Amino acid sequence: MYTQALDIPPGEQPKRTPDAVENAAYQAEFDARIDAGATIEAKDWMPEAYRKTLVRQISQHAHSEIVGMLPEGNWISRAPSLKRKAILLAKVQDEGGHGLYLYAAAETLGVSRDELTEALLSGKAKYSSIFNYPTLNWADVGVIGWLVDGAAIMNQIPLCKCSYGPYARAMVRVCKEESFHQRQGYDALLAMMSGTDEQRELVQDAVNRWWWPSLMMFGPHDADSPNSGQSMRWGIKRISNDDLRQKFVDATVKQAEVLGVTLPDDELKWNEARGHYDFAAIDWDEFWNVVNGHGQCNVDRLAMRVKAWDDGAWVREAAVAHAEKQAAREKAAA
Amino acid sequence: MGATAMTSTNPAHLEYVLRLGDAALIHGQRLSEWCGQAPVLEEDLALANMALDFVGQARMLLSHAGTLEGKGRDEDTLAFLRHEGQYRNPTLCEMPNTDFAHTMIKGFLLGSFNLLMWSRLCGSSDKALAAIAAKSLKEARYHAEHTGDWVIRLGDGTEESHRRAQAALDMLWPYTNELFAANPTDDAAAAAGVGPAWSDLAEDWEKAVLPVLKHATLTVPARTPFQTYGKFGRHSEHLGHLLAVMQHLPRSFPGATW
Repeated sequence: MYTQALDIPPGEQPKRTPDAVENAAYQAEFDARIDAGATIEAKDWMPEAYRKTLVRQISQHAHSEIVGMLPEGNWISRAPSLKRKAILLAKVQDEGGHGLYLYAAAETLGVSRDELTEALLSGKAKYSSIFNYPTLNWADVGVIGWLVDGAAIMNQIPLCKCSYGPYARAMVRVCKEESFHQRQGYDALLAMMSGTDEQRELVQDAVNRWWWPSLMMFGPHDADSPNSGQSMRWGIKRISNDDLRQKFVDATVKQAEVLGVTLPDDELKWNEARGHYDFAAIDWDEFWNVVNGHGQCNVDRLAMRVKAWDDGAWVREAAVAHAEKQAAREKAAA
Repeated sequence: MGATAMTSTNPAHLEYVLRLGDAALIHGQRLSEWCGQAPVLEEDLALANMALDFVGQARMLLSHAGTLEGKGRDEDTLAFLRHEGQYRNPTLCEMPNTDFAHTMIKGFLLGSFNLLMWSRLCGSSDKALAAIAAKSLKEARYHAEHTGDWVIRLGDGTEESHRRAQAALDMLWPYTNELFAANPTDDAAAAAGVGPAWSDLAEDWEKAVLPVLKHATLTVPARTPFQTYGKFGRHSEHLGHLLAVMQHLPRSFPGATW
């Protein structure tokens, strides 16, 4: 899954540290490489603001994968068939794997996984708001695959060509797996839609609840994304929030028709002149409320991460203690 | 008995395969409860991976049991639409994941058992079962090694981890009595070449398990007369709750396909 395209408020702009070595020659070389479409690697010089922007974005993305394990994990023990249970387990395991190699990508920028975990658990770091919505029926699992992973793919495909090499390479693998998840989600919904009336009601209920939050995943309107320009200049962002959102709506309407569900928007209609679907205004108050901690599951999700981390402290300590004892024994025996 | 992928006329054959399938199903269900809550991310992946292996084994084994039974029951009918007393897993499988130590001790005790079991079942006269065993054996090697490594880390680690690992071993060890209790089903299955009588695996199991527990500085509890009977459908109080969760959807939407 994915972190929404979320600009940080102006007050929290990355600041250039006084000790950052940024002379004009390095900067010019960096700019030239970006302009030439070349990738920047971990060992290369980079502006401090570029590094901080990447750390923030990649770690938010990693946190989103980890927190994103929870809403769908909520249904593993209740999956209605063994096949669906296996698919869901594998999917949630994939999300954990995405988190792992995204943390590794962030570590190439000089931060540790422990620091990033601490930022998540203290509430300082953001993760995608989509995971602060509850999963209320089994169809939510399918709809998350179809819409949420679908939106994530729209966001992530351009990242496969982002300027920072380790992030771009991680995204190639993430995108392949997300595409698979999306197809599995859609397949689960097709099975339910060809089932009983009650099953179809479950699907429609889930679509009604997830449609608008999925559109919000692309982030604020371009006009309200003042930092997007810099990210585009750096080759971190390739396509604007509104363009990606439109692309997603255009692709999804036909899928909804095939599925036989109604997207909950009376204003959704094809605009011949634009060559795109028009859709109603997004409730940005809801978006910012959830971003700012007032979604239904913000507290629960973070509490569960904190509990897992705290409950696991003695296990991590044991692993370290054993490794130290083992090393001491080997040294004594040598 | 000519064991093939067709209906079996030997009730012990079906009972034996069902027991294997239920053991994988219930152990996998318990492991899957860890999702997103492990002490470290790597362990989240490992626990999900093991859960996935067991669900996969359960699918193959329950499908095969359905074929042997010949009454049209598929993997899901058997997994979701039986009553508590119709499950044949050893009681140990359904014991709760009280903490990480319980999970790893249980995983190791069962994993070491599975390793021996699948190894023997590769030579089963039931060719379908032998094929399942060949696949499952590879997975069991990883399960036994991974959980065994954790048993050592926890036992040898800190005072707290040692205390928790010992408490888990004290709690779960008596349930291993059931694994090796002789019974007519095993005798009949062994006589037909379907698989080993589980009681015959006791000695090799101890040879595999005891050195690891010793390495972990854990004290092996003395054997007691404690006996459980999950293999015969008489379970602990825990299974009913596990099934209530697991069976919820198929029972709430009768006739639905997913």
